[in-house]
Amino acid sequence: MLLRPNPASGVPIYLQLMEQVKHAIETGALRAGEQLPGIRPLAEELVINANTVAKAYRELEHEGVIELRHGAGAFVSANSRPKKATEKLRAGQTVVSDAVRKLRERGVTDDEIRRLFEAELAGVVKTGEPRG
Amino acid sequence: MADAHAVETVDLHKRYEGGSDALRGLTLHVPAGSIFGFLGRNGAGKTTTIKILLGMVRPSAGRATVFGLAADDPAASVEIRRRTAFVSDEKDLYGGMTVAEMIRFTAGFFPRWRDDLEQRYLRTFELPPDRKVKALSRGMRTKLALLLSLSRGAELLVLDEPTAGLDPAMTEEVLQALVGHAAREGMTIFFSSHQIAEVEQIADAVAIIDRGRTVVSGALDDLRENFRRVQLVFDGEAPAAAFEAPGITRVRRSGRVLTVLSTAGAEPILDRARALHAVSMDVVPVTLKEIFLESVTMEE
Repeated sequence: MLLRPNPASGVPIYLQLMEQVKHAIETGALRAGEQLPGIRPLAEELVINANTVAKAYRELEHEGVIELRHGAGAFVSANSRPKKATEKLRAGQTVVSDAVRKLRERGVTDDEIRRLFEAELAGVVKTGEPRG
Repeated sequence: MADAHAVETVDLHKRYEGGSDALRGLTLHVPAGSIFGFLGRNGAGKTTTIKILLGMVRPSAGRATVFGLAADDPAASVEIRRRTAFVSDEKDLYGGMTVAEMIRFTAGFFPRWRDDLEQRYLRTFELPPDRKVKALSRGMRTKLALLLSLSRGAELLVLDEPTAGLDPAMTEEVLQALVGHAAREGMTIFFSSHQIAEVEQIADAVAIIDRGRTVVSGALDDLRENFRRVQLVFDGEAPAAAFEAPGITRVRRSGRVLTVLSTAGAEPILDRARALHAVSMDVVPVTLKEIFLESVTMEE
């Protein structure tokens, strides 16, 4: 279910793993209450450091996405609501298309819009917001 | 007794007879339980450092400790080597022995030999017990040398270029064994390499050394999060001087374009760029390979 992270992308591997788990929950590949692979087997399967997997799981627990049960492993939180994420995205989409339409009306080209978004996002990344 | 660092060196110097300086103030902190990638170009001082840690070479100045024990103290060094397994680039194997004989011969030296690990790696590496060592391929030989070190029950594994000369499939097999071993046994793996891709894949902490000095070190995730390349475009001539500040390792100007490399995230650069009315700002993450190339050329 989880794919090999790309170590050469410059994005920390634990962040890539976190995104994958969240994505799996959003798509329904992982459901509330289901168990995630153990840290060691997953590290071996993906050929990455077990400390990195542990860090990803810790951060996901911190965000309330999963629960770490002592001795039993990691489980998708019962209250993680993937639908909410979808709704959030849909609402965001409306805001974005609105902004894009207004920018086009002002004669800003698509290439310029893309660059504006990227510059803005680059600023957001630094404040510690996870990248979507 | 429990030490937060498996290996530490502080301002380590080594001058060989004839006056060549192999190490010129090398500082390393290898967290216990980490897989630590030790990167550098050929001749940067990797092998000299490993030899000092194992008591094979005496430092000219500075301090080197393993498990908190001084590496240049003869009694402490015996203790260090008892608890450390080392695989050198030239594997120390006897060609005339079979794989099984080589294993029994080696096991005899180590009271803490782990039969369970021996059996595990014999299976994982698919080593033929009855084949003579000299008839093994290079890859098989590397796997045998690894089996011998992994089965010793050591707390620290020191590897000098563990995957040199291996094809990609075998490299993957070896890395997988190392990752799994470290996770199950909770031991520290210190490996030198100039294969940046494999370091990036399995290490959680790294040091990049250049000409006998540490130029970059830390947790790999921190480096990935803090190194940023920012490309700025200005309306007129780019104001390079405005970006010389701590945490900024490189500023390149080419007409209206300024490329800034930061070790402290992009935020301070973006702030300044906004104040200077940059017309475009692009931030890109920096890969370990780029960090390596930027670091080792810095002193040119």
